[in-house]
Amino acid sequence: MEVTYLQAIHDALQEEMRRDESVFLLGEDIGVLGGAFKVTEGLYEEFGEQRVLDTPISELAIVGLAVGASLIGMRPVAEMQFMDFISCGFDQIVNTAATMRYRYGGEVGVPMVIRGPCGGGVHGGLFHSQMTEAWFYTVPGLKVVLPATAYDAKGLLKAAIRDDDPVLYYEHKYLYRRIKEDLPEDDFVVPIGQATVRREGTDLTIVTYSAMVHQALAAADRLADEGISAEVVDLRSVRPLDKETVLASFKKTNKALIAYEASKMGGVGAEVAAIIAEEAFEYLDGPIVRLACAESPVPFSAPMEKFYLPNVDDIVAAATQLDAY
Amino acid sequence: MDLTRDQLLELYYYMHLTRHFEERVERLYRQGKVVGGVFTGRGQEAVPVGTCYPLRKTDFIAPVHRDLGAFLVKRMSPGVLMAQIMGKADGPSKGKDSWTHCGDMELGIIASTSMLGSSIPVACGVALAEQMRGKDTVVVSYFGEGTTARGDFHEALNFAGVHQLPVVFVCENNQYAYSTPTSKEMPVADVADRGPAYGMPGFAIDGNDVRLVVETMCEAIERARQGDGPTLLECKTYRYSGHSAHDTDGYRPPQEVEEWHGRDPIHRLHDDLVMQGLLTDDEAAKILERVQSDVKQAVEFATNSPYPRGEEAIKGVYSSA
Repeated sequence: MEVTYLQAIHDALQEEMRRDESVFLLGEDIGVLGGAFKVTEGLYEEFGEQRVLDTPISELAIVGLAVGASLIGMRPVAEMQFMDFISCGFDQIVNTAATMRYRYGGEVGVPMVIRGPCGGGVHGGLFHSQMTEAWFYTVPGLKVVLPATAYDAKGLLKAAIRDDDPVLYYEHKYLYRRIKEDLPEDDFVVPIGQATVRREGTDLTIVTYSAMVHQALAAADRLADEGISAEVVDLRSVRPLDKETVLASFKKTNKALIAYEASKMGGVGAEVAAIIAEEAFEYLDGPIVRLACAESPVPFSAPMEKFYLPNVDDIVAAATQLDAY
Repeated sequence: MDLTRDQLLELYYYMHLTRHFEERVERLYRQGKVVGGVFTGRGQEAVPVGTCYPLRKTDFIAPVHRDLGAFLVKRMSPGVLMAQIMGKADGPSKGKDSWTHCGDMELGIIASTSMLGSSIPVACGVALAEQMRGKDTVVVSYFGEGTTARGDFHEALNFAGVHQLPVVFVCENNQYAYSTPTSKEMPVADVADRGPAYGMPGFAIDGNDVRLVVETMCEAIERARQGDGPTLLECKTYRYSGHSAHDTDGYRPPQEVEEWHGRDPIHRLHDDLVMQGLLTDDEAAKILERVQSDVKQAVEFATNSPYPRGEEAIKGVYSSA
């Protein structure tokens, strides 16, 4: 059945709520409205106002409530209307959710999910376009996933809901209705912490995640026309990060270009570069290159946002240069 | 709620136990056997003890750093609690966190962080889940008056009011947040005044009158249990020591401290009970003996408990590790 990325997320929520009555949703405008992007459409009607809870504008409370409910066996899925607003709930995520199990001596955990739309390319400006995973993927106790396909959107969300630890689930808003895939009818899960090779190649590895995966694949097509064979690795999870898959690919191609839609400094790409340099030094045939956003907040006006975001041309240019090294 | 003699003597025991336990901890701290932050609530005992006492085993508390008495009333073993404070492996956090930053969900104790106010929405989350399950569980969320300045307080009470959650919000107003007096902390005289703004009744009471604390708490608990929503219960009290063991406490006038000593909650209960013929000097002495023995045992247990091994630092971060 053909399903959009957005529909896949909706279906994952619906199926998990049908499967497990401890799963419930909370967030702003998710119930009666069905969500700002309609991700949760119809769920309020099916499951009622207790399980699809319209909250006040209270990110700290939304996260804290989810922590409390999960401590006694519920599986809440809290929505941040935009992943930019996750900063409003920051303390409850990094100091409460991430540390509870640790401080309970491992005995009691926080099986909650925080999900929300991330990313730019939709004229959202500074506060409706951010990729905020770098703030959280560095925090022990959290898990952070970013699906790039409708299949992964569904499978990773199911995995996140079934996970006994707090998972931040970043759905890229640009992909919501732009990608459509044939998904299996049966239940399936995509394991957290497993990267995947989207396209095999031999000359260089492009490591990427989230919406950038699609640009990387488009770039790989163009590179192939120029005789450059690029392998594309989709991380899917940035914490835990599947370095085995990344290193296996790198050891094969010996060159890495890490493309990520986020601030370059200290982002996931920086971490991947460090891992490669540290653990596969002998295999390096060129510098590890990072391609990320421009060093600014996300600008609003179209020409500036275009400048800000890495695109297919940028990936092709960087990969061509790296290949020539 | 008319307290029986036995119940009154239990309250007396728990308040003494709290005070002696904390005095012992302070001594251990001076000996270097307890390190880190030590935040005693000497003078405030009637609040955590009195508010926790009427709860069921299946109710929950979300205590913070000055509510040691609540841990004891909720039946955390004094030895285990002492081990926690000494950073030993037998503490509920297995040495991972300090002081009373620990919990035990079997006993109904929710662990807090140092970010004051963060425990309030978490307490509400527990209440929300129980409400969803159709239970009549009550959750008690503790915080000081300073904490009411934080956003978490506002967001949590606002939500609790909208959903009429079965929570009792207990504010221990000891007049100072570290060195900050209430005049700099809040524009209203009573935290209780904020209750109606959140859709719940607010009460400000003498937090050093343990019987009044229990009585008012019982009303609030009943209200929550019947599904009639949350209460904001402000208990006026005072701490004898500084904010923490290393606070020289130069910001409070000595006459003020002395004045509050004159309203000591334990002495008041003692004098009331003696006057009502409910407690003889002999019985009081026996209770004190029992308290001292319990604290001694707790220290022994904690002293003999091993420190966690260094490598344990990376255990328990995730469910599978």
